[in-house]
Amino acid sequence: MDASLPAHMRPDRSFQGLLLALQRYWADYGCVILQPYDMEVGAGTFHPGTTLRALGPKPWNAAYVQPSRRPKDGRYGENPNRLQHYYQFQVILKPSPPNLQELYLKSLAAIGIDSAVHDIRFVEDDWESPTLGAWGLGWECWCDGMEVSQFTYFQQVAGVECAPVAGELTYGLERLACYLQGVDRIMDLNFNGREGAEKVSYRDVFFQAEQEYSRHNFEHADTAMLFEQFKMAEAACKKYLDAGWKDGKREAHLMALPAYDQCIKASHVFNLLDARGVISVTERQSYIFRVRELAKACGEAWVHTEAGGAA
Amino acid sequence: MPDLLLELFSEEIPARMQAKAADDLRRLVTDKLVAEGLVYEGAKAFATPRRLALTVHGIPARQPDLKTERRGPKVGAPDAAVQGFLKATGLTSLDEAKIQRDPKGDFYIGLIEKPGRDAIDVLAEILPVIVRTFPWPKSMRWGARSAKPGSLSWVRPLHAITATFGLETEEPDVVKFAVDGIEAGQTTYGHRFLAPSAISVRRFEDYEAKLLDAKVVLDPERRKDAILTDAKQLAFAQGFELVEDQNLLDEVAGLVEWPVVLMGSFEEEFLKTPDEVIRATIRNNQKCFVVRDPKTGKLASKFVLVANIEATDGGKIIVGGNERVIRARLSDAKFFYETDLKTKLEDRLPKFEQIVFHEKLGTQAERIKRIERLAAEIAPLVGADVAKATRAAHLAKADLLTEVVGEFPEVQGLMGKYYALAQGEDASVAAACEEHYKPQGPADRVPTDPVSVAVALADKLDTLVGFWAIDEKPTGSKDPYALRRAALGVIRLIAENTLRLSLMKVAVSALAGLSVKAADADKLPSDLLAFFADRLKVQLREQGARHDLVDAVFALGGQDDLLMIVRRVDALGKFLESDDGKNLLAGTKRASNILAIEEKKDKRTFDGAPDAALYGLAEEKALAKAIGEVKAEAGAAVAKEDFAAAMSAMAKLRPPVDAFFDKVRVNDDDAKVRENRLKLLNEIRSATRAVADFSKIQD
Repeated sequence: MDASLPAHMRPDRSFQGLLLALQRYWADYGCVILQPYDMEVGAGTFHPGTTLRALGPKPWNAAYVQPSRRPKDGRYGENPNRLQHYYQFQVILKPSPPNLQELYLKSLAAIGIDSAVHDIRFVEDDWESPTLGAWGLGWECWCDGMEVSQFTYFQQVAGVECAPVAGELTYGLERLACYLQGVDRIMDLNFNGREGAEKVSYRDVFFQAEQEYSRHNFEHADTAMLFEQFKMAEAACKKYLDAGWKDGKREAHLMALPAYDQCIKASHVFNLLDARGVISVTERQSYIFRVRELAKACGEAWVHTEAGGAA
Repeated sequence: MPDLLLELFSEEIPARMQAKAADDLRRLVTDKLVAEGLVYEGAKAFATPRRLALTVHGIPARQPDLKTERRGPKVGAPDAAVQGFLKATGLTSLDEAKIQRDPKGDFYIGLIEKPGRDAIDVLAEILPVIVRTFPWPKSMRWGARSAKPGSLSWVRPLHAITATFGLETEEPDVVKFAVDGIEAGQTTYGHRFLAPSAISVRRFEDYEAKLLDAKVVLDPERRKDAILTDAKQLAFAQGFELVEDQNLLDEVAGLVEWPVVLMGSFEEEFLKTPDEVIRATIRNNQKCFVVRDPKTGKLASKFVLVANIEATDGGKIIVGGNERVIRARLSDAKFFYETDLKTKLEDRLPKFEQIVFHEKLGTQAERIKRIERLAAEIAPLVGADVAKATRAAHLAKADLLTEVVGEFPEVQGLMGKYYALAQGEDASVAAACEEHYKPQGPADRVPTDPVSVAVALADKLDTLVGFWAIDEKPTGSKDPYALRRAALGVIRLIAENTLRLSLMKVAVSALAGLSVKAADADKLPSDLLAFFADRLKVQLREQGARHDLVDAVFALGGQDDLLMIVRRVDALGKFLESDDGKNLLAGTKRASNILAIEEKKDKRTFDGAPDAALYGLAEEKALAKAIGEVKAEAGAAVAKEDFAAAMSAMAKLRPPVDAFFDKVRVNDDDAKVRENRLKLLNEIRSATRAVADFSKIQD
């Protein structure tokens, strides 16, 4: 960690400093630093920069912050570590470099986690996303008993075998920041690194939002509209996929990305419906299946695009 | 003879897979060596989070030469057959073959001599195959090579292979092979953080020692010993006692190469949460041990963690970090527990109407109603208060819907007890919430409180009858609903509490309570009874008792009182160990064998009472008299359920039976006398049936 940095840039003094330090580190490595995807997603993996770019033979190294929405995890801002909206820092490297573990450990050093005094461990965690039709093997990375990242070698995404395999790192930023700043509640994080009147805390930025969205997610989200939106997104996704095949032949696809947007949309709408408790246990499986079918069709379309490696 | 050192160095191997992987590596390599004619002296395999290692010592430097004979075509066979034979044997002409004569004619025999190869070459051939086909439960591809089909799969990325072969006294050779671009060599690496540099190794002895210098304890047993010793000491030094946990120890030893044991603490106020919940939280989520106060047996507000590094600050930061996480986890657990306490157990029950127990057996709510009814029925038979048993059955499953059990399934039942006590339930009712699941296995304790016993029996019998009704019986190794365990539980509950219970009646009643119609309802209870007999045999066999005696008792028919069966088997076993028992068994078998032969000859049975007027010899009369007496005496003893006395009565049969066979010729020339004597033999058989069917007993 660069000790000469001012507090508003330092990972141990400000939440934004943590984001900046990670961006800097991975930019230095050679990653494309993307910005968050402009749609609601449940995890950084949904960003097309990961889901779709993980597919096909072309090398791809990218990193970005992704706001992630988990409607069910809302606690009206009252739980010390649970939020319905939080940030993930996502790194995707394709093909996975041979020294990915070292690169990861150096990134921890870059944000001030020194492996001489911290106990860093790679604990088995098989990752699977039933909605994305994706799975991989890897670990949860522990720092002094706390899970701070997910480390995954993608084997399959959107139903397509990864060839070559991409390595994905996901940092839980709020949790890491709490640890670095030594606070017990996410809301108590110093966001901008200033003190006194100039200080902006995580609470100042997000507390009201957590309350409002918790109300929305659990009590007021318009379920009739959401059911309708799910159907519309599903239909639109299929429609764009059908229309995207060049000359009607299944050789080249020209609209994988817009179709995938509708898949993301359907997934988020499903999460909202789930949080509202209007989906029964058996229906739940069928909704997950429907989203997965969209994701798989998008994956299939993507590998027939130029970025997806089609000739 | 030379030794092999093999190491497969990778990224972190899941802890739960390490022991089996080490074992598989040893087995695969040594099996292959033996198959190649290389009989070794010894082998040992090890695993750490980052490596599998194997040492095989005393491997012959060369395979033995192999000579095999191959039979070829007949002399004078067509040329095509001869050419094929020459090609297969590598002979240049038929002059090199022998001719062998057998009944079918003269044949060419080719002698193939295969010179043994150097062991190192054999190893270079077998090791890459083993790496490529290694039986990981789940494996993955990685890196640039994964773009191509057929790239290597390993549990996590494989980075280096060390493989050396040679004599102790010489510089060993590297076994030359490569797997998907990874060349075998003699370079490995030390601890990820404490000594990450490359290490050059020669053979197992220096390998293990150099790793130790590089902060890697290779042998998982040594890591476990070190962790356990240090953890106990650390606890002891603070006046506490480590709560030992073998599974956790195994797992933790698989997460570290250099174990460093540290102690942390948490706030006293968390100790208000039940100990088991604290332990589950700390163990499952944080993989840490808990400690207790040896005087009270209660948990102390400390935990023991195992780090993978010797930190430069002595572990202060590591302990602090773990404490923070454990505090957060415990505060979640405490919150769950306190939330649970706010809802009465019975108020949770309506939710069970939405939860399917089994598609064909209805909802959990229906199942609970059935268990209630059955528990009420069983209660008087086991000395339990009917109202309490009903109440306990009503509440016993409710904790499944609590937050704590949702988080930690292993405390199901136990939480039910705590919540029942907290809402002021009777102590027996509360105990039954926990104990009705027992016994969970052969080593588990059997409940003794009658209320627990009634609910435990009702729960298990409902399960057994239900799955029997829908024909989901265990087959072979498949027993997804743990029905064998349930049946064994019933057996132990009855036997260890000396309960009198007609299983048939209870089964019929349980069956009547089901809403599903059983396909074979009439046969079901006796079918289930046969399953119990099988389980009882297995249990007796495991205890070292003779399981054939169970058959001998069940063969009497109408036996559905497990306690009586067990007692009868017990008395029979003791009797058969005595001389009287052995001889009577032999006599009875002899009688049965003679009868079987004569019955077949005459195509008739010899039932019916013998005619006393036809007895010609003293031994006949004596036997007839003894049978009469023994029958009466044994019958009376059985009626009093005094099986030992029944066996003593049986013992009196032995001298007259022995004397009879000694002096009396059964197949007398006089047909009437012969028939009468056969009837007398039949009487021996029927007399012994007062206690068991002796024909089912193995010699």
